[in-house]
Amino acid sequence: MSPVNAVLRRELRSYFVTPVAYVFLVIFLVLAGILTFYVGDFYERGQADLQPFFVTHPWLYLILVPAITMRMWAEETKGGTLELLLTLPLTLWQAMLGKFLAAWLFIGLALVLTFPIWITVNYLGSPDNGVIVAGYLGSWLMAGNFIAIGACLSALTRSQVVAFILTALVCVLLILAGQPQVLDFFQGALPRRLVNAVAHLSMLRHFEAISRGVLDLRDLVYFLFSTLGWLIAGVLLLDLKRTR
Amino acid sequence: MIETEQLTRRYGNLTAVDALSIRVEPGQVLGLLGPNGAGKTTAMRMIAGFLVPTSGSARVCGHDVLREPLQAKRALGYLPEGAPSYGEMTVREFLQFIVRMRGLKGEAGYRRFDAVVQQLQLDDVLGLGIDTLSKGLRRRVGLAQAILHDPPVLMLDEPTDGLDPNQKHAVRQLIDVMARERTILISTHLLEEVRALCNRVVIIARGKLLADATPAELEARSRYHGAVSFSAPGSGMSQEMLGRLPQVAGIEIDPLDGRITVFPKPGARILEPVETLLREQGLEVSEIQLERGRLDEVFRQITSGDEATAGARA
Repeated sequence: MSPVNAVLRRELRSYFVTPVAYVFLVIFLVLAGILTFYVGDFYERGQADLQPFFVTHPWLYLILVPAITMRMWAEETKGGTLELLLTLPLTLWQAMLGKFLAAWLFIGLALVLTFPIWITVNYLGSPDNGVIVAGYLGSWLMAGNFIAIGACLSALTRSQVVAFILTALVCVLLILAGQPQVLDFFQGALPRRLVNAVAHLSMLRHFEAISRGVLDLRDLVYFLFSTLGWLIAGVLLLDLKRTR
Repeated sequence: MIETEQLTRRYGNLTAVDALSIRVEPGQVLGLLGPNGAGKTTAMRMIAGFLVPTSGSARVCGHDVLREPLQAKRALGYLPEGAPSYGEMTVREFLQFIVRMRGLKGEAGYRRFDAVVQQLQLDDVLGLGIDTLSKGLRRRVGLAQAILHDPPVLMLDEPTDGLDPNQKHAVRQLIDVMARERTILISTHLLEEVRALCNRVVIIARGKLLADATPAELEARSRYHGAVSFSAPGSGMSQEMLGRLPQVAGIEIDPLDGRITVFPKPGARILEPVETLLREQGLEVSEIQLERGRLDEVFRQITSGDEATAGARA
């Protein structure tokens, strides 16, 4: 696992020597705060929980995760360092895993840094901290899924802008898949079973289930498989590039 | 050891490397020579395992680059074209990253790191960002990266490109020292480099192998091989005499500086007869030179000949 570790450390370091990490952390923390209090009515609801905080996460990730992942492979392809990396003794899988884990740990750090809001809600009332932990877990899993999508689509192109837009597009489709408006649209056109399938693709639905504190195996499996699937697709794309 | 068998790579209709079979043994420094776009870089990328061949195979130290990629990559030190490296890292961070990627641990890692930094004289720039380095320094960092794990096989894509004459000399010395027990494959389009570094030359153009010889053998193919040239003002009359020597095939005069070149008949040695004749004629010759042959001329002849035949086929 040493090469995975080396790639992971290099990636994390590159976040922090470029402004990417700080810009991300500041924007994430500020937006999460503002949205929770002003849009989520944190105080006015009069409930001691972090629901208004967690509902903002899919939308924050939608903008911020592609910004982290767009450079992941596109930059290496364009700068020629891909040739250096892939002629070192490591497999494509190890390279992909190292990069994925670096981004995932980084988002984990961003989530940890939101701890003041957890302190606040514990100061104001007595929330169910188990539910809050589940919420954080769900949010982190969802972030991992977004990152895997971004990692795959970054391998598709040498343009970071294209990688950003494609990633945001796929993510918004996956968020919205379970919304009533979308399902209504499909209701007439597709058989009932397919509509249900579309609904199950919805990331939001699985995330909401976990963040309510219901740790259903199906939701965990959804995130696990989806994340793995996108990472496999990314590795296959990179491999395909070597033959074309 | 590097072996390729019928190594071929196509991009759509274009055949970048066409059934290339070469074998480089330990102790050899093979110069892969060819015009731009001849397929040198593509061939190296396949041997390094970065590109997958369309057909054919490549082995590094007996390990097939497709079937045992990790073993092949461990045996190989590779400097890709343009010496890419991570610009946002410092030289120290970058080399430490390579140390970890190469699985060099603890004491051994430090030892190799120090040795390579010393060999390539990177002490003063360890703390600098790679983005801020000059082209020559970046190339040296790339070389350091390639030799860090002390590999038995070294493959360098244009190792001295962009270096000044002093740096070129230093890099060539380094390669010379490393060459003794290693297998080295370098690509270049600098003919002086071939003469200075390589004990074997492979010339390719349009992906095809056109010549495989030592630099001296290639020079012997030149029409200048064994020719004698000298400058002698007012030698107009002696030309005729020279032309009448039995060993001489022809005479040329450089229209710019009036330097006279006398070409031998195949296999003939003409230095002595020419000298004798000039002495007998009482001509003042400031300096006289026996030509070894001109690599650039041979190179042009070999590579453009291919273009002509390819054009005829098309």
